[in-house]
Amino acid sequence: MAKATFQIFRGDSAGGQLKEYSTEVGEGMVVLDCIHQIQAESAPDLAVRWNCKAGKCGSCSAEVNGRPKLMCMTRMADMPPDQPIVVEPLKAFPRLRDLVTDVSWNYSVKKKIGRFKPRKPDVADGTWRMQQDDIDRVQEFRKCIECFLCQDVCHVLRDHNKHEEFSGPRFLVYTAALEMHPLDTDDRIDSIKDEQGIGYCNITKCCTTVCPEGITITDNAIIPLKERVADRHYDPLMWILRKVGIADGEPSK
Amino acid sequence: MQFRTVAAVLPDGARSESEYSDTLLVHGNCAEFLMSETTTHEHDVLVIGAGGAGLRAAIEAAASGLRVGLICKSLLGKAHTVMAEGGVAAAMAHVDDRDSWRVHFADTMRGGQYLNNPRMAELHAREAPDRVRELESWGALFDRTPDGKILQRNFGGHRYPRLAHVGDRTGLEMIRTLQDHGIHQGIEVFMETTVVELLKHGDRVSGCVAYDRDRGRLHVFRAAAVVLATGGIGRAFRITSNSWEYTGDGQSLAYHAGADLLDMEFVQFHPTGMVWPPSVRGLLVTEGVRGEGGVLRNSEGKRFMFDDIPDNYKAQTADNEEEGWRYCQGDKDARRPPELLTRDHVARCIMREVKAGRGSPHGGVYLDIAWIKERVPNGQEHIKRKLPSMYHQFKELAGIDITQSAMEIGPTTHYIMGGVRVDAETQMSSVPGLFACGECAAGLHGANRLGGNSLSDLLVFGKRAGEFGAAYAKANGVPPLDSAAVQAAEKRILEPFERADSGESPYAIQKELQDFMQDLVGIVRRQDEIEAAVTKILALKKRAANVGVDGHREYNPGWHTALDLQHLLTVSEAIARAAALRQESRGGHFREDYPEKSKHWGSVNLTVRRGEDGNMVVQEQAVVAPNDDHKAIIAEMG
Ligand SMILES: Cc1cc2nc3c(=O)[nH]c(=O)nc-3n(C[C@H](O)[C@H](O)[C@H](O)COP(=O)(O)OP(=O)(O)OC[C@H]3O[C@@H](n4cnc5c(N)ncnc54)[C@H](O)[C@@H]3O)c2cc1C
Ligand code: SF4
Ligand code: SF4
Ligand code: FES
Repeated sequence: MAKATFQIFRGDSAGGQLKEYSTEVGEGMVVLDCIHQIQAESAPDLAVRWNCKAGKCGSCSAEVNGRPKLMCMTRMADMPPDQPIVVEPLKAFPRLRDLVTDVSWNYSVKKKIGRFKPRKPDVADGTWRMQQDDIDRVQEFRKCIECFLCQDVCHVLRDHNKHEEFSGPRFLVYTAALEMHPLDTDDRIDSIKDEQGIGYCNITKCCTTVCPEGITITDNAIIPLKERVADRHYDPLMWILRKVGIADGEPSK
Repeated sequence: MQFRTVAAVLPDGARSESEYSDTLLVHGNCAEFLMSETTTHEHDVLVIGAGGAGLRAAIEAAASGLRVGLICKSLLGKAHTVMAEGGVAAAMAHVDDRDSWRVHFADTMRGGQYLNNPRMAELHAREAPDRVRELESWGALFDRTPDGKILQRNFGGHRYPRLAHVGDRTGLEMIRTLQDHGIHQGIEVFMETTVVELLKHGDRVSGCVAYDRDRGRLHVFRAAAVVLATGGIGRAFRITSNSWEYTGDGQSLAYHAGADLLDMEFVQFHPTGMVWPPSVRGLLVTEGVRGEGGVLRNSEGKRFMFDDIPDNYKAQTADNEEEGWRYCQGDKDARRPPELLTRDHVARCIMREVKAGRGSPHGGVYLDIAWIKERVPNGQEHIKRKLPSMYHQFKELAGIDITQSAMEIGPTTHYIMGGVRVDAETQMSSVPGLFACGECAAGLHGANRLGGNSLSDLLVFGKRAGEFGAAYAKANGVPPLDSAAVQAAEKRILEPFERADSGESPYAIQKELQDFMQDLVGIVRRQDEIEAAVTKILALKKRAANVGVDGHREYNPGWHTALDLQHLLTVSEAIARAAALRQESRGGHFREDYPEKSKHWGSVNLTVRRGEDGNMVVQEQAVVAPNDDHKAIIAEMG
């Protein structure tokens, strides 16, 4: 057992500062374990979100040594041993208290995106037939645990505060999952351009780098959506071919 | 759907500095000022809990055009359902056409050792396929069969491959589908809000009192019908796969409102939780690992599950390793390997090996999936594709590559079969207007739940609770509010702050409770130990009444723990008292001093209710009798 030093943000919307704590680190411990231990030992009112402790719910997002991370999946063994570990709340969202931020903006963005609209069932019993190959791509997007780490790292939101104009990588992934869903019939291309502001993304790929689910956000979701927007607005012929399922890139709807 | 925005975090923050610091300094003298902040809401149907059951109930209630409120302790989409891995059971017969609702019914009853409510088991088996297909029409993408249908996998206690799944993240697919569908149904959602007490008007339920976690403000919810969908109780034990949310709130809220609880002695200890490193002890290792061919071995390398196959499962269990493997490969003539026997049995066999000194270095046994590389081409990739999140979990948290070496596993507290006693058709509890569904309700699973039968339970009975809750609300309207009860609840909620200096820490009491529940009312139980636990619980209740918390009301985990503790103590007492009474071993309840099943105990369930004097009363009640059709199915397949 060794002692580790932490600098944890304590404060609220009005402001705050890093406060130093130290705690014993046992084998296999993750940052979230240390936070809980500190809570039990010396800071019972330290605010932190968590649920599953297994990287499945996306609750425990924070910035550890300046990097957006799930605290429950960040092992102490991977931290530099001789320096204090800095734990701060996500920066792209308003602070509530300590490590907890107000992420409600994300929920309101999602609500504005056109919902899933399936085609008529393929079979009289009201069901559909889909091949595994045709859903692999969308299943990748549906692994998203809504941790919002990608939103946090994206400079359009983090540095430029374009929350009004840009829905952020998480919701481009969400929209891509709808658009590439083999059963979906809705058309969201115009709103991807206008309401979701896909043009703000300049493909820095930071979002892909931090995604704990390993979703290739930029290459698999954002770039194909950008292409569709470009086809629609700058290459109408390509758009028609895609719509009728001749050109590839889009499973026929 | 609306989301609360928090005024104080908006850039133009309407609150002044001084107002703000008032809320920070919560002491006795300003408690009165704080109480006046209470906000009142009104809905026709109020759903408490936003896991699979609560979301499904809210969607159904909203479909009838009523005003629906949905409250949850965490953010939307983070409830326990998100963690479910293996799959959702529904007899769609896509992989084996011999499957049908009748076989699913028989499997569920056998698994529950015939203490299940047979009508619930029937409704569940009949309706699950439609509920799963409905998810597909809302956008869910389950893994596919070669002919393009929903793929189904093997799971413990299910005779045929029956679990619709998405790799090992089925719960995520389910909760996200319901969430993404639900946000367009006009449901008003209150995230990070915790209900502390139910309100009544005469016999009827009339709403509840709650606080929001982010700001610590109090809320009163008035409603014509209330649906409890709050999940389980795992936090009553030290080793558990459950999160902080699982403090038995629904069971306890219902109990204090005068409703009956049922089958509280039946807690499921899942055989495979992680045991090492200590910080992940209890985290679940999905049964899907065994479904894909994973085997259990002791320190001598022996597959010990072949040593003890219960008589009533002998006919359907493989008696050699080769046959077991063929089963996992989909051979319809093969019987399932003993690793896929019911959870209670597998958990006890593991305990036996550990006690006999044949365990692994950290007090578990070995679960090996890596061995299948000998049998399947490209085995390493195959394992990663079938069990991606297990691969990830062990790699990241234990530094183990499951495609190369065996996992160390041991039992973990996972699920409670017991809960609020409900009517099979409507899900209404013994309190009019109060409904319950999902893990916090009882009846479907009897003495032991089969894997995959929970996710289907949420859908089938979530829908029913929403439907009948709405019908009740329409017929009866919103009752008047009892303001004296509201004030009393508010006072109780804020009291811990008044003892900031003198009171005991809630964390300490919670830890003590978890430790002795694990040791005294855990997987193997004994009369004297259970009774000792009851005595300890009563003592802790006194101490819990005096806990103190320091600091502010915003997102203060110490305060939240102090309030959750009351629920945890109530359900722990119910579990222990029922466990003390049931002097036999059955399903999740194993008594070292009464290791056999008894005829008498096979004919009764135990109900728990609050007596006139406020003390807890446990009573025997005859099981719900199967009808002739049920009997015929059980005689044929049970
Ligand atoms: C790791 C794991 C894997 C599992 N795998 C499977 C599987 O493969 N198949 C299967 O069938 N089952 C599985 N289960 C079991 C299954 O996931 C759960 O039983 C099920 O999800 C419970 O759903 P629910 O809707 O009843 O409750 P939950 O999903 O737990 O939701 C409870 C809700 O109630 C809210 N709540 C609780 N108390 C309050 C309160 N006081 N005030 C306001 N809100 C409150 C919570 O915030 C939450 O929103 C698994 C469980 C675990 C832990
Ligand atoms: S690739 Fe686009 S969405 Fe992703 S972080 Fe960069 S700018 Fe943001
Ligand atoms: S896309 Fe990845 S990083 Fe973004 S919210 Fe989803 S899981 Fe998190
Ligand atoms: S606690 Fe669920 S992702 Fe970390």
